[in-house]
Amino acid sequence: MSKTFGLIATFGNTHKLYQAAEEICDAGFKHWDVYSPFPVHGLEGAMGLKRSKVPVFTLVGGVIGFISGMLMAWYMGEFDFPLVVGGKPLFSPIFPFPVAYEMTILLASFGTFFGMFITNRLPRHHHPVMDFNKWPGITDDQFLILLEAKDDKFDLEETRQFLESLHSLEVVELKE
Amino acid sequence: MAYTEDVPMVRPVVLDEVRQTHMPRRPLVLNNRDFHWITEKVCRIVEEKTPNWWWVCFLVAGFVASFTGAGLLYLVSTGVGVWGLRGPVYWGWAIVNFVFWIGIGHAGTLISAILCLLKQKWRTSINRTAEAMTIFAVMCAGIFPLFHVGRIWFAWWLFPLPNSQSIWPNFRSPLEWDVFAVSTYFTVSLLFWYMGMVPDLATLRDRAKKTWRKYFYGFLAVGWRGSCRHWANYEMAYLLLAGLSTPLVLSVHTIVSFDFAVANLPGWHTTIFPPYFVAGAIFSGFGMVLTLILPLRAVYGLHDLITQYHIDCMCKITLATGSMVGYGYAMEFFISWYGANPYEGFAFINRAFGPYWWAYLIMITCNVISPQLFWSRWIRENTALVWIISIFVNIGMWFERFVIIVTSLANDYMPANWDYFTPTVVDIFTFVGTFGFFSFLFLLFIRFLPLMAMAEIKHVIPQADPHMHHEGPSHGDHHEPERLT
Repeated sequence: MSKTFGLIATFGNTHKLYQAAEEICDAGFKHWDVYSPFPVHGLEGAMGLKRSKVPVFTLVGGVIGFISGMLMAWYMGEFDFPLVVGGKPLFSPIFPFPVAYEMTILLASFGTFFGMFITNRLPRHHHPVMDFNKWPGITDDQFLILLEAKDDKFDLEETRQFLESLHSLEVVELKE
Repeated sequence: MAYTEDVPMVRPVVLDEVRQTHMPRRPLVLNNRDFHWITEKVCRIVEEKTPNWWWVCFLVAGFVASFTGAGLLYLVSTGVGVWGLRGPVYWGWAIVNFVFWIGIGHAGTLISAILCLLKQKWRTSINRTAEAMTIFAVMCAGIFPLFHVGRIWFAWWLFPLPNSQSIWPNFRSPLEWDVFAVSTYFTVSLLFWYMGMVPDLATLRDRAKKTWRKYFYGFLAVGWRGSCRHWANYEMAYLLLAGLSTPLVLSVHTIVSFDFAVANLPGWHTTIFPPYFVAGAIFSGFGMVLTLILPLRAVYGLHDLITQYHIDCMCKITLATGSMVGYGYAMEFFISWYGANPYEGFAFINRAFGPYWWAYLIMITCNVISPQLFWSRWIRENTALVWIISIFVNIGMWFERFVIIVTSLANDYMPANWDYFTPTVVDIFTFVGTFGFFSFLFLLFIRFLPLMAMAEIKHVIPQADPHMHHEGPSHGDHHEPERLT
C-alpha cells in the first residue's frame, strides 16, 4: 500500500496542460499520461503519441465483411442450393453488392468499436489514478498529468520539482 | 524580366495593406459558460428527483404504446388481414409506417456522422438526442415489416440461417437487401451512440452517490478514465464510425427506395427514387429532431446549449432538404410526361387528381410549402412556429409515403383490380401506438442517460482550446485567469 505509483500534477486549464505535456515529452518520460474531461485539441501531438492503431481493426473488419457478404451469396445461391429465380444468374457480383456493402460497413464498424476498446485496454475495473482524492473532477473540469514511478527517469524528489516548475496547481504523490 | 515589372501596371494595387477582419463565429454555448456548468446542467437532468411531468408523460406514453401491443397481439392471433391489406394494396399502412419511421432515423445519423465529417461544431448539442431518436425510430420501423410477414414465428427466415427446408434467402431481391441494410443500420447506430456516450457515462459514474447508480453507470462506463492515450484512439474510432455511417445512412434509404424502384409498377419504377428518398428521410428526420428538441430545451432551460443558432441551422437544413423533396416531386411529374409512357403518365395524374387527391394535397402543403416559411428569419426565431412547422413536416412525410405506396398500388395496370384503400381500426391503433412506444423509450433515455454529449460540448467552447487561452473569449475573460490558475 505504501509503494509509490507515481506523481500527479493538476492543472487548471488546457493551455498550461498542453505546455506541461510538451515539456514532459521533451524530458523523455515514457510511462506517463494526461487525464482530461474531453479530448484536448492537439494534445496527443504534444505528448508525442503515435497514430492510433484503430484503423487497422476497421480495415480488417471491412475486408472480412465484404468477402463474407459475397461468399455468402455465392455459397447459398449457387453452391449449396442452386435455384433459378426470375431467370437471373445463380451468382453475379452485381446483385449481392448491397448485401456485401452492408456487411462491409457492419464488420468495419464492429472492428472500429472493439478496436477502440482493445487498443485502450478497456473495460477495466479499476486504475490506481482513480484513487486520487480529486478524481471525480477529472471527468468534470479538472486536468491532471500522472508520471508513473516505473519510468526510468522517475525520481520522487527530482520529478516533484520538475512537475512543480510546470505551473501546476499542486503535485501529489499517488500510493499504490 | 519585363514581365514581372509589368505586373503592377496591369493590376494596380487596390488596398495598401491587407488587414485581417475580426469576424467572430457565433458562440455555440451562450453566456460564456464553463466546463463545470455544462457538467452540472446536463447531469442534473439525470440526477434530480423525477419530475411529475415525466411520470405523467411516461404513463401516457406507456398507455399509448399498449395500442401497438394489443394491435400486434390481435394480428398474430388472427392474421395479417386485420391490417386492411388486401388486393391490390398488399403493402398498405404497414410499409407506409415502416418507411416513415426509418426515414426519421436518418437525421440522427446525418447529425452524428455527416456533420461530424463536415466539422459542423453545432452538432455537439443535439447529436446525442438525435442519435437516440434514430435508434428508437428504427425500432418502431422494424415492427412493421416484421409483423407484415404474417407468420411472425417464421420471421427468422429473413436472415440467412439454416432451416429445415435447406432453402436460403433470395439475394436478388431488394427486400432481402433491406433486411441487411436495416439491421446493419440499427447495429451501427447503436454502437456509435454507445461509444459516444462512454465518456459522459464516466462523468455520471464519478458523480454518483447511490449504490445502484455507481453500479449502473460504472458498468456502462467500462472504466473510462479520460486518458489522453485513450482519447486519441477514441477520436480516431469516432471519426471512422462517422466515415462508415455516412455511406451507411445514404445506402439505407437508397435500398428502401429500391424496394419500390426495382418493381415495374408505374409511379415506383423511377431512377430518381434513391436521392429523393434520402433527401426526404433527412427532411422528415430534422422535422422530428425539432419536434423533440424544442420542448426539451424549454422544459430543462437548455437555452445556453441549444441556442438560436442551433435552431437556425436545423431550420435551414429542413428548408434545403424540403426544397430537394419538392424538386423531386416536380421532376417525377416532368419525367412521367417526358418519358411518354401512358401508364407512368396516368400514375402521376392519378396521384394528384385521382381518388387520393386529398393525400397529395396534404403532402404538397406540408412538405413543399411549409418549409419555405423558414426563409424568414422572424419565423426561425419564433420557437412556437418552428415547432408547429416541424409537426407539419412529420405529417407531410407520412403522407408522402402513403401517396407513393397506396396510389401506385390501388390503381395499377388492370382497372378490374382497382380498389380504394381504407385502413382498419387495427391499422390506426397499431400506428398511433408506435408514437407511444417511441416516446416511452425516449422518456427513459432522458431520465437515465446523458441527454447531451458533455465531453463534446466542452471540446468546442473557447476555454477548451489550448492555444486560445491568452486571447480568450471577448467577455467574461477578466475573471478567468484568477479562477483557473
